[in-house]
Amino acid sequence: MNDKRNKKLIIRLFNVSKRFGGKLALKDITLDVEQGELIFISGPSGAGKSTLLKILYLAQKASEGQILIDGMNLARISSSKLPFLRRRFGMIFQDFKLIPNRTVYENVALVLEAAGKKPSFIRKKVMQVLRSTGMEKKINALPPTLSGGEQQRIAVARAVVGDPSIIFADEPTGSLDSKSAQAILDFLMEYHKKGATVLIVSHNLHLLERTVRGRNIEISEGTIKRIAPVLQGKERK
Amino acid sequence: MAHFVKKALADIRSNRFLNLITMITISLSILVVSVFLLFFENASRAIESWNQGGRAMIYLNKEFSLEMLPELKVKINALGDIDKIVYISKAQALDKLKKNMSSQSAFLKTLKENPLPDALEIRMKSYHSFEEVQKVAQSIKAIEIVEDVEYGQGWLGRFLQIFNLFKITGYAMCILFFLIALFITANTVRLAFYSRKLEIEIMRLVGASETFIKAPFYVEGLLQGFLGGFIGLAILLIAYLAISSGMTQSLASYLYFDIRFLSVKTIGLIIAGSTFLGWFGCYLSLKQILK
Repeated sequence: MNDKRNKKLIIRLFNVSKRFGGKLALKDITLDVEQGELIFISGPSGAGKSTLLKILYLAQKASEGQILIDGMNLARISSSKLPFLRRRFGMIFQDFKLIPNRTVYENVALVLEAAGKKPSFIRKKVMQVLRSTGMEKKINALPPTLSGGEQQRIAVARAVVGDPSIIFADEPTGSLDSKSAQAILDFLMEYHKKGATVLIVSHNLHLLERTVRGRNIEISEGTIKRIAPVLQGKERK
Repeated sequence: MAHFVKKALADIRSNRFLNLITMITISLSILVVSVFLLFFENASRAIESWNQGGRAMIYLNKEFSLEMLPELKVKINALGDIDKIVYISKAQALDKLKKNMSSQSAFLKTLKENPLPDALEIRMKSYHSFEEVQKVAQSIKAIEIVEDVEYGQGWLGRFLQIFNLFKITGYAMCILFFLIALFITANTVRLAFYSRKLEIEIMRLVGASETFIKAPFYVEGLLQGFLGGFIGLAILLIAYLAISSGMTQSLASYLYFDIRFLSVKTIGLIIAGSTFLGWFGCYLSLKQILK
């Protein structure tokens, strides 16, 4: 309890709901996430996991409730300040969301270009991240020429190149084979160990077993059903 | 800035056909506008040249005597804007006529008396238009001793009416072509925007500002406008050189002025206008899409 009090709460949700027309996709979600925490958001398809993540990375607005990210109230943030907040996030999607007509290098560099970094810094940083993801030999390749696993590694590189404080991953391993999925998960755990807060949406419970300690937030029909610590293989037994 | 130019050039390359169509449309629009401007510039110079830069001849009636000249000059000067008044006596006028018609001097010798009137030649200080000369001339004509004022009011007046009609038609055509080019440019930007929708969505998600997203479109619009204007003017120049090389000299001898290409100022204005057109088309389109 003392430990929790000492840690900074980086994400806070108070009675957040999301409505699409007359249908409630999220109902009354209240949640605190500590800085550097690893959070799994699990649940069946259509439970509202991705909607919750989209609200957090500012792709959608909550219909009701308040959200604080690093002390900033998302409801009160002006549209001109949104990009600055987004630069503190890293995002990974199931469908990779890479720009097909831009090279691997250009896709990763985009984050730093958008942040107005110097070309020399961009080159150095992008190459460093691509090396760590094992994609340095593919810098001139276009995403459609790469395998799913390779594309997701580029997406991870893009997500971490700006040294984000929070990483959102929406079904990051959903379309990958187990070997590629493990590689992606390892990268994410590496950045989590470096201090990043990581939120992973997944319906794949086996993914939880492969990670370090974290919290699993189980969502069903738009509400939080259960919040439980993720236990690793030995602890489970 | 270099990043935006690079991005805009890459977009132009990837949407070659669409950008080519836009540039051709802008070029043709600029060509039509430039043809009108070329005509207006030369026609204005022709009118000025035929009107000899605000010159008018005042013919005096038979009651005129030299004693009246100082008072008449004061009256004319009082009308304002008069640069020079030169008195030409009827004797001087006849001498000049004899010199000019040296081959028919025998005919002039048969004259029993000088039929020419005394006259004053005036030149206006800040002459801008035929209308200004016309106004001053009408005031002079109201002076009692003045018989008539000649300032090319007959055929030149009629020519001016036709010229003004052309001018109105020209303006209407320019506006029409401007709107067509604007419409095409705005639609090109719209299509380019939709073809890059995923890219823009990703850019937003990774923290790109609206300026960062829009800037390449604006650079693209400015480039299209500039190149369109440049190509339109280049086509006009080529056509002008081809047509005028054999024609100018012979035409100039009939028209008493030389036909010239557009002035540097007009060329600058056309290029600036077409560049603005590219930018404005982009602005309208993005404003509508991103509202």
